[in-house]
Amino acid sequence: MSVVKPKHQRLVLLLFAVSALIGAGLLAAYALRNQAAYFYVPSDLVAKPPEPGRAVRLGGMVQKGSIKTRGDGVTIDFLVGDGKVDVPVRFRGITPELFVEGSGVVAEGRMEGTTFVADNLLAKHDEKYVPREMKDMSKAQAAAVVAETK
Amino acid sequence: MIAELGLAMLWIAAALAALQLVAGCLALTPKGGLFMGLVRPVAIAQGVLVAGAFAALIWLFLSTDLSVKLVAGNSHAAKPWIFKLAATWGNHEGSMLMWVTIMSIGGGVVALVEKRLREETLVATLAGQAFVSLGFYAFLLLASNPFQRLPEPAAEGQGLNPLLQDIGLAFHPPTLYVGYVGLSIAFSFAIGALVTRDVGPAFARAMRPWVLGAWIFLTLGITAGSYWAYYTLGWGGWWFWDPVENASLMPWLAATALLHSCSVLASRGALKAWTVMLGVVAFSMSMVGTFLVRSGILTSVHAFAVDPTRGSFILALLAIYIGGALTLFALRANTVTEGARFSFVSREASLVFNNVMLCGILGIVLIGTLYPLLTEAMGVKVSVGPPYFNPVSAFFAIPMFLIMAVGPLLRWRDDKAARITWAVAVPAFLAAAALLGIVIFAPAVSVLSALGLALAPALALASLMPLRGRNLRRTPLPIYGGVLAHLGIAVALFGMASESAFSTEKLAAMNPGDVQQVGPYAITLKGIDPVAGPNWTALEATLAASYEGAAPIILRPQARTFSNPPGNRTESALSTRWNGQLYLVLGEEAADGRWQMRLWWKPFAPLIWYGGVLIALGGLLALVGRVARDVKRLVATDKIAFRRTAQGR
Repeated sequence: MSVVKPKHQRLVLLLFAVSALIGAGLLAAYALRNQAAYFYVPSDLVAKPPEPGRAVRLGGMVQKGSIKTRGDGVTIDFLVGDGKVDVPVRFRGITPELFVEGSGVVAEGRMEGTTFVADNLLAKHDEKYVPREMKDMSKAQAAAVVAETK
Repeated sequence: MIAELGLAMLWIAAALAALQLVAGCLALTPKGGLFMGLVRPVAIAQGVLVAGAFAALIWLFLSTDLSVKLVAGNSHAAKPWIFKLAATWGNHEGSMLMWVTIMSIGGGVVALVEKRLREETLVATLAGQAFVSLGFYAFLLLASNPFQRLPEPAAEGQGLNPLLQDIGLAFHPPTLYVGYVGLSIAFSFAIGALVTRDVGPAFARAMRPWVLGAWIFLTLGITAGSYWAYYTLGWGGWWFWDPVENASLMPWLAATALLHSCSVLASRGALKAWTVMLGVVAFSMSMVGTFLVRSGILTSVHAFAVDPTRGSFILALLAIYIGGALTLFALRANTVTEGARFSFVSREASLVFNNVMLCGILGIVLIGTLYPLLTEAMGVKVSVGPPYFNPVSAFFAIPMFLIMAVGPLLRWRDDKAARITWAVAVPAFLAAAALLGIVIFAPAVSVLSALGLALAPALALASLMPLRGRNLRRTPLPIYGGVLAHLGIAVALFGMASESAFSTEKLAAMNPGDVQQVGPYAITLKGIDPVAGPNWTALEATLAASYEGAAPIILRPQARTFSNPPGNRTESALSTRWNGQLYLVLGEEAADGRWQMRLWWKPFAPLIWYGGVLIALGGLLALVGRVARDVKRLVATDKIAFRRTAQGR
């Protein structure tokens, strides 16, 4: 194969790099539309439910007295509410340390029928680490969290 | 006293950095010859002083001087000494001082040893380095003074976040910082070469050891960080596409591209503008990474190092440096001369291809990391995770792996594809056979894992091909380095694909005496007992794990509770065999008295980190080879110069 002329070489390289980067950008934009997990509070989840099977996040308060462990000892059912509606959540796994009733939680998972099946639960790690979504919960919830942690 | 001494040294070093910048700029003016000799010694003195300031801070932490605000807020007398040391940089102020220290020592070393560049270019480089470090000095001295005293000494330190009380912390952040800051030196070289219109092979050779060094440390830092997250978080995962992980991956991708384009420029005088641009991009990614970690703008498992008010300062620095560098690049791009020519079938062309693929992956990771910020500005909250990152980056990674197998076999400038047919056909056949085998025998494996499993052995074989037909004793070290690093990629890829394809997990509530089967292991819970450490108490499970009926080994995962500050952490128990890893986590006590246990068998998972270490070792071999050659040349030119002066007399 022949060696290309210098001016063409620079042009070809530039075109290749630019088209690859634009390709990456378009691919990213397309994939993000389909793969980004949207954040829901319980009322939104009930009013405008996402398509079944689509990965989403659900944030709210774990309702007092709602955590129930199933017979296998590792699956739990509980209700996540925002003061208006409660959504039943199922989770199979080891819960984070600060996952307790009356406290905030962000669940990653998907809707199956009317139940939210969580793959992962994010609770406050400690005083310094709060999931970003939890910071923005309503004042009533914040007050409840404060009351609970005191 | 020590605190005041440290602060004084820091202020003097900052003043020297300002002097270094001013003298460097003046030296480049037509009548500035006078200042030319000033820049090197100033850079060295600055490095020494900052090192002194950092040593002072380490001393304060080791002696737990509670009159210093930073020590009182982040350390505790009851901690083991290694964690007191680690606490020095396990906080915002200390880590920023460490950043400046590494940066200035790097600048000092450049001033001390770099002899290949024209003096003007070197002076411009050091001035650029001073400019970059001045921003961080301002940040430290005005907004985050690590030596600040408390009005009243604290009675007791507040301690360190329990997640951070791990041997991993002692080494993980410093390793990444050396990587980040090494890229700042590459950045300064790029600035220096642009200022004096000196972009050429000499610049690439001067820059290469720094890029290599930074890249080795980034590789080690990412590998160590991944393993650390794997065993401390207790989630069984080794990479979460967390913003902070991405923050370390992005500079690594850019540095990998820079490393390769640097060698094209050094050997062949091609890809000049591209290499300079990558030098700017690589350091930008370090700054973006620091910004993401420090500002707390994104949710992250690493959110302990967060301070929102400081994010804006780093963002401003980022804008100044990157904006300035890009402006300089735009002004000087036309003075960068044409590179040497090459054909479409040549080593250069394959390196260009892989450079572009690496930049494509970089772009995808950057967009995915910043996307939640963008949508949040528009009032929609999203998170982006593996379903985006894995397939989309694979789009660019797979072509990259394919060309990676071919590129090192090609000759510089121009080559014939027919010459390497056999060296390519054998690995290609291996990959095709492996893929067929997976489709037939393990049809449930996902597409990406199947591709990874099929490509990895072929890539491993192909990575050894450059040694074929060579006299192994006379092969230069950098060639071995490349072979080893590419082999490391193949090894890590196999580990990743195998972990994702074949891991088995068992989640169960167990009573003492119960047996669970996970993969080839039968696991018996023997009992749960309380245990205590220096600053924690824990519940410890004792489990007997028997591999395919062999004599059982005992493993003890813990759930620890820390006292200073209060907090919890799971301590997983691992057992590594040549063909995989057993991973056990103790959960909570269920209401009926049974204990939650999470058990994993992860076939070949350790290869992920062995691969990372191999990659870094490859880099080290290349670095040693290059530096040894440079030293030889330096000694030789010194001898010639000495003879000349002797003859002249």
